[in-house]
Amino acid sequence: MRAPTTRRHRRRTQLLVLIAIVTQVAGNVFLSHGMRDAGAIVSASPLDYIRALNAWTVAGVCMLAIWMITDLALLSRADLSFVLPVIATSYVLIALVGHFVLDERVSGLRWIGIVLITFGVLVAETTPDRTTRPQGESL
Amino acid sequence: MIAIQWRLAALTSMCNTVGDVLNTAGMKREPEVEQLGPRSLFAMLALTVRNPLVIGGVASLTVGFVAMMSLLSIANVSFAVPATAMSYVLETFLAKYILKEKVGLRRWAAATLVACGVVLLQW
Repeated sequence: MRAPTTRRHRRRTQLLVLIAIVTQVAGNVFLSHGMRDAGAIVSASPLDYIRALNAWTVAGVCMLAIWMITDLALLSRADLSFVLPVIATSYVLIALVGHFVLDERVSGLRWIGIVLITFGVLVAETTPDRTTRPQGESL
Repeated sequence: MIAIQWRLAALTSMCNTVGDVLNTAGMKREPEVEQLGPRSLFAMLALTVRNPLVIGGVASLTVGFVAMMSLLSIANVSFAVPATAMSYVLETFLAKYILKEKVGLRRWAAATLVACGVVLLQW
């Protein structure tokens, strides 16, 4: 695979990846906290989901909206097959925060999972972030 | 009869996969976001709201998000996340054959390692 991107391009892509990871982790943590208060919802009606809104779910949705904008910007400049594994760092982050900050127990299998994801991210990082031809102009 | 949580997991995976592929296809038709300031991000948003692929992608991700919320309200994270981990491999496959990305051995290895790791993380 030939790398058509510059070092500066790569650094900006990595910055977007970092923002996407942080907003995704924060969004999911806020949302799962809020959904625990809301109780079970399996419905096709939007009203049932609106009733689940509380401070935590609203904060979660706002974070995920920022994640969505960041993700779109990222996909305008990097391959999906590059972005997907790299963003999976968020799983490792959640597990490490759980263990070192929240004192949660991490089993042996979980540690193996953390190592596998980390290797996956490192392997993806050795590939160019974009292998398709970019548009002539940029924003 | 397939349990409701498996149907929700399948719906979540399918919507996330379709959404990511549509968003990538749509964003590759737009100019690359080079400056990361609010001005270029707003310019990007102004372009994407008229891009049918991105509109379809965001709609699909929204349905996937609601399905995941429903799933999380009736099943543990230890079921929900591994049940949707296969989408890493599926999306890499579609990135190669639909989006025409150059997916070499290292990208396949990365997707497979991450998918296996995500499954193991839930124990």
